[in-house]
Amino acid sequence: MPSAPNETLLTVEIKMLSPESLKRIDRELDKYPPDQKQSATMSALRIAQEEKGWLASETIEFVAEYLGLPAIAVYEVASFYNMYDLAPVGAKKITVCTNLPCALSGGVHAADYIKKKLGIDFNETTADGCFTLKEGECMGACGDAPVLLVNNHRMCSWMTEAKIDQLLADLQK
Amino acid sequence: MTDQGIILSGLDGDRTWRLADYVKRGGYDALKKIIAEKIPADQIIGEVKKSALRGRGGAGFPTGLKWSFMPRAFPGAKYLACNSDEGEPGTFKDRDILRYNPHTVIEGMIIAGYAMGCERGYNYIHGEIFEVYDRFEEALQEAREAGLLGRNILGSDFCFDLFAHHGYGAYICGEETALLESIEGKKGQPRFKPPFPASFGLYGKPTTINNTETFASIPFIIREGGDAFLALGKPNNGGTKLFSVSGHVNKPGNYEIPLGTPFSTLLEMAGGMRGGRKLKAVIPGGSSAPVLTGAAMMDCTMDYDSISKAGSMLGSGAVIVMDESTCMVKALERLSYFYFEESCGQCTPCREGTGWLYRVVHRIESGLGRPDDLDLLNSVTANIMGRTICALGDAASMPVQSFIKHFGDEFAFHIEHKKCLVPKEVQYEGSKIYVA
Repeated sequence: MPSAPNETLLTVEIKMLSPESLKRIDRELDKYPPDQKQSATMSALRIAQEEKGWLASETIEFVAEYLGLPAIAVYEVASFYNMYDLAPVGAKKITVCTNLPCALSGGVHAADYIKKKLGIDFNETTADGCFTLKEGECMGACGDAPVLLVNNHRMCSWMTEAKIDQLLADLQK
Repeated sequence: MTDQGIILSGLDGDRTWRLADYVKRGGYDALKKIIAEKIPADQIIGEVKKSALRGRGGAGFPTGLKWSFMPRAFPGAKYLACNSDEGEPGTFKDRDILRYNPHTVIEGMIIAGYAMGCERGYNYIHGEIFEVYDRFEEALQEAREAGLLGRNILGSDFCFDLFAHHGYGAYICGEETALLESIEGKKGQPRFKPPFPASFGLYGKPTTINNTETFASIPFIIREGGDAFLALGKPNNGGTKLFSVSGHVNKPGNYEIPLGTPFSTLLEMAGGMRGGRKLKAVIPGGSSAPVLTGAAMMDCTMDYDSISKAGSMLGSGAVIVMDESTCMVKALERLSYFYFEESCGQCTPCREGTGWLYRVVHRIESGLGRPDDLDLLNSVTANIMGRTICALGDAASMPVQSFIKHFGDEFAFHIEHKKCLVPKEVQYEGSKIYVA
């Protein structure tokens, strides 16, 4: 049965990306040969996630439609690369590297300190929806240990307890 | 950083990544020379061969030879790719090259494009270093505006364009064919070889893939000559190399030194052992390289041949230093978890085997090890190695085999006594937050 017009409108709104995001995706498309639109899948998903906070199935379908690809092809990419979030996360996602080189210089201690401070474990979100904590794999910045990422794109280096305190306070503002 | 190098040397300004700054350091002189003198492609490849430059991403394959595999007379597009998907635990050199000296990579890629007749290139940048990706995009824009990229470069009839592709968190994309799949917008699962990328690469076209540091070495080789580069290192190991030193040293960081420099010198440059503790073990070439004992390492020089003779690999030049406070079982447990997490799942021996390796090392570390567990681990590795499409399976196996080979007593102690040989409080002290 067709849904009521206003309901359809609502779904479209949730799915749609902003004109600004679409313009950014178009710029990514320009990097590839015209018959290779699929190459922009990763950046389109990144841009969509930046706008929406996470990738709902509807968002993935919208990206697929926009690029002229089957939804499954885009979903495969979204589920393969680990910086895409296929479930809602807190406003600030903190990913701490605990791999061996970082662990030798306090990566695990830094993660433990954040867990204690926020009262959550890895893969959990604070009750106020402010923070999600993730355990990360190598970020290619082992010399800066302890290292963490805020919302995938901001890298924070040499995170002592004092710097973690400061960062969490700033992010909460 | 050091002043002995050719990639990170002279980078003392506060805008070293800008085009103007790079040009002041002699940047783009090599490209200008090629264009002005119309140097033939063969001569450029010959110069790279003479330099004995070997791939800096891990495999150490001779770069000039790789370039000569590209078909000359291919009708249609040929591609170039730069592998900046640096996610091998311990490796963090390409990030510094890209954020402090991105134009040397761009110039290296333009020269490579000229030598191999490629019309287009992509630099695949590791997902977690978004700020570096942003800066590289700015550098590309500068180069475009200066007529160094695009159509009719510097007024010649040579056309080459270059773009940045951003990864989003998959170690496997550092494998060159997975990287190509990823640029094509697919899951990063490695392809069967042959066909090799030089005949069937990006979009099915001939493609050459080199590491960031490899491309960054090219301008010097063209400017100063292959012999000058070779003379910086030792025979068969040309040039300087960046070493990413991490772990229990006083000054973790990147050090660019001539190949053939003694490990003890590198350790000294990195500030020596933290807290005066004793050196126990070193992984000399990134987490996939076999671990060596500290004593064996002190006899090595830092080059492909010496490290290989000692039973490991120079790999990407990532030197992970571990002191006596390290529990080797716990160290291996973390690495094994990494490979389990990052296996792409395509080949059964790797997908299942990396899980087995992690679970068995985990149970030994947790005090639940069984007497035949070491035999079991060796048997699992034997069933992974050489039975997968790409090298990730081997990369997961080599740490396990070498940790057991060199530190077997520690594993046996764990299994027998259900606890670590290194007291927990010593481990805790040794792994505390440390900032130089």
